[in-house]
Amino acid sequence: MQAITTTNLTKRFESLTAVDRVSFEVMQGEIFGLLGPNGAGKTTIIKMLSTLMAPTEGDAAVWGFSIGSARDDVRRSIGMVFQDPAVDDSLTGWENLDFHARMYGMKKDLRTARISEVLALVGLEDKAGLLLKKYSGGMKRRLEIARGLMHYPRVLFLDEPTLGLDPQTRHHIWEYIKMLNQKEHVTVILTTHYMEEADSLCSRIGIIDHGKILVIDTPEALKNAMGNDILTIKAENLEHLMSELAAEPWVQEVKRYDDRLLVSARLGEEKIPVAVETARRIGTVIQAISMRKPTLEDVFLHYTGKTIRDEEDAEGEVPRGRMRKRRGPH
Amino acid sequence: MKQWFNIQVIYALWLREMKRYLRARSRIFGSLGMPFFFLLFLGTGFKNFRPESMPAHIDYLNFLAPGMLAVVLQFGSMFTGMAILWDRQFGFLKEIMVAPVSRVAIVLGRTLGGVTTALLQGFLFIAVALFAGLKLSGFAGFLLTPLFMIFIAGSFVNLGLAIASMMRDMQGFSIVMNFIMVPLLLLSGAMFPIEQFPVWVQWLSYVNPLFYGVDGLRYSLIGMSKFPPFFDAAVLFLFCSGMVGLGAFLFSRSDVD
Ligand SMILES: Nc1ncnc2c1ncn2[C@@H]1O[C@H](COP(=O)(O)OP(=O)(O)OP(=O)(O)O)[C@@H](O)[C@H]1O
Ligand SMILES: [Mg+2]
Repeated sequence: MQAITTTNLTKRFESLTAVDRVSFEVMQGEIFGLLGPNGAGKTTIIKMLSTLMAPTEGDAAVWGFSIGSARDDVRRSIGMVFQDPAVDDSLTGWENLDFHARMYGMKKDLRTARISEVLALVGLEDKAGLLLKKYSGGMKRRLEIARGLMHYPRVLFLDEPTLGLDPQTRHHIWEYIKMLNQKEHVTVILTTHYMEEADSLCSRIGIIDHGKILVIDTPEALKNAMGNDILTIKAENLEHLMSELAAEPWVQEVKRYDDRLLVSARLGEEKIPVAVETARRIGTVIQAISMRKPTLEDVFLHYTGKTIRDEEDAEGEVPRGRMRKRRGPH
Repeated sequence: MKQWFNIQVIYALWLREMKRYLRARSRIFGSLGMPFFFLLFLGTGFKNFRPESMPAHIDYLNFLAPGMLAVVLQFGSMFTGMAILWDRQFGFLKEIMVAPVSRVAIVLGRTLGGVTTALLQGFLFIAVALFAGLKLSGFAGFLLTPLFMIFIAGSFVNLGLAIASMMRDMQGFSIVMNFIMVPLLLLSGAMFPIEQFPVWVQWLSYVNPLFYGVDGLRYSLIGMSKFPPFFDAAVLFLFCSGMVGLGAFLFSRSDVD
């Protein structure tokens, strides 16, 4: 059974197409991730699915309800954690949850029981009486996750759930999300631009860039599809070496990226000497060579032609020369 | 079915407004300061200001007090519009808008919260004014005061809601609000009898809903008025209903961020 289906979901802002004919399905019980750089259109998709924004074209159903014609049914079925904090700072944690529960029509007994329950789920029992302005960023995030779960939603939307949190808090939140997914049987759809988050948390990932979903699969399948291993080669005459390697039967794919070649091949360890030999044959010098298993980063690079870092730096208009220096030696 | 009159939702929004109000001490006293000083200083300074249209047995401070009460209500009501803008800025509006409740219930909840806080401000002001020298004309009249206070606050809370629904920034909101509220105030007869104006300006006063608010409050507090109180109340009620409709309409069409 599908928790979410979208068909040609599209959002245009004047000339900009923020979401471009996106179609995908999320199964019940999944943790589905939308992975993409800043401005890819992730939040816009979430806003349309949660009825906060009407699509320009296309349609979607959440838990079987159309986002256009059954808004209140959709709203009742979903829990939301927005990208930016959406709490009332002048209320306590408990009061924020209580407000939420009342808005969703929960009766008093259920309300109080559920508040304690969700507070315990995210480990905030002893902070319930504290004003939100005295919470740390991570505590606020956990409270928002608890609040999203208050009314027993079928589908929980998490828009960049760990943005701006330290690595330790981030790992905690991943644990919470996994546990909630199992304990509460809630389908989770989250957005992120952290590879690691998508990799360790999601059952399936959709890679999104410039409003388009480029590929959807499990993290394992995506990585496996890249070919087994990846050789990173830095050499003098890259162009020549690239065309030479492309002709070799053992090379599955070779891509040039900046001052490096990324070569995918099976049994990468054994291909290092072969690559060195190839370079010598055409008279170029290899400066560095390394081998690793493919990561989501490679998957992302394969489909978008860029690393996620690059896109974000370009958005911030960092000159490319400086960008390289900052990244340091390879 | 769309449940637009959802008591639990209205109560939740009202309760939140009360908590926020009671936790913001500076707001409670800060917004009373200006009208209180006006009352005290103008009341003393213009002690001998006595236009023909003002009955002889009423001194200027008593004439001014109902007018200043209207000011307290009018400006106190602006907070609700501000609160919408705050909520939008701090993202909380999304939390409200994504809930499965009708926009009308949200507007009613916010209106009720805004009217209650404006009313609390109003009663605080009356207490202070009594201390400064306001003399109530009678108990029966006084019982009418809350009615007029509710209509005035209800009107301006929804005016604020309507304008906040169309605006993005706080500054723009205050500018637009002041641009509307100050002329209404000056034409309302809050500070002096409108007979001081040339006749054509008096006509502007007669189409100013706040004029009927001030007139009604003056009847309730000091027993003097130009029109019968039920007429004042009827005009205000119409205006207030219109504003609630406008507020609800514009709010339900507004963006969440
Ligand atoms: N209300 C709006 N009006 C005009 N353009 C918008 C609006 N909201 C989003 N956009 C544009 O749509 C594109 C997608 O934005 P969106 O917020 O969905 O990206 P995102 O993937 O969530 O990015 P991030 O990782 O930074 O949150 C961006 O180019 C953005 O500038
Ligand atoms: Mg986003």
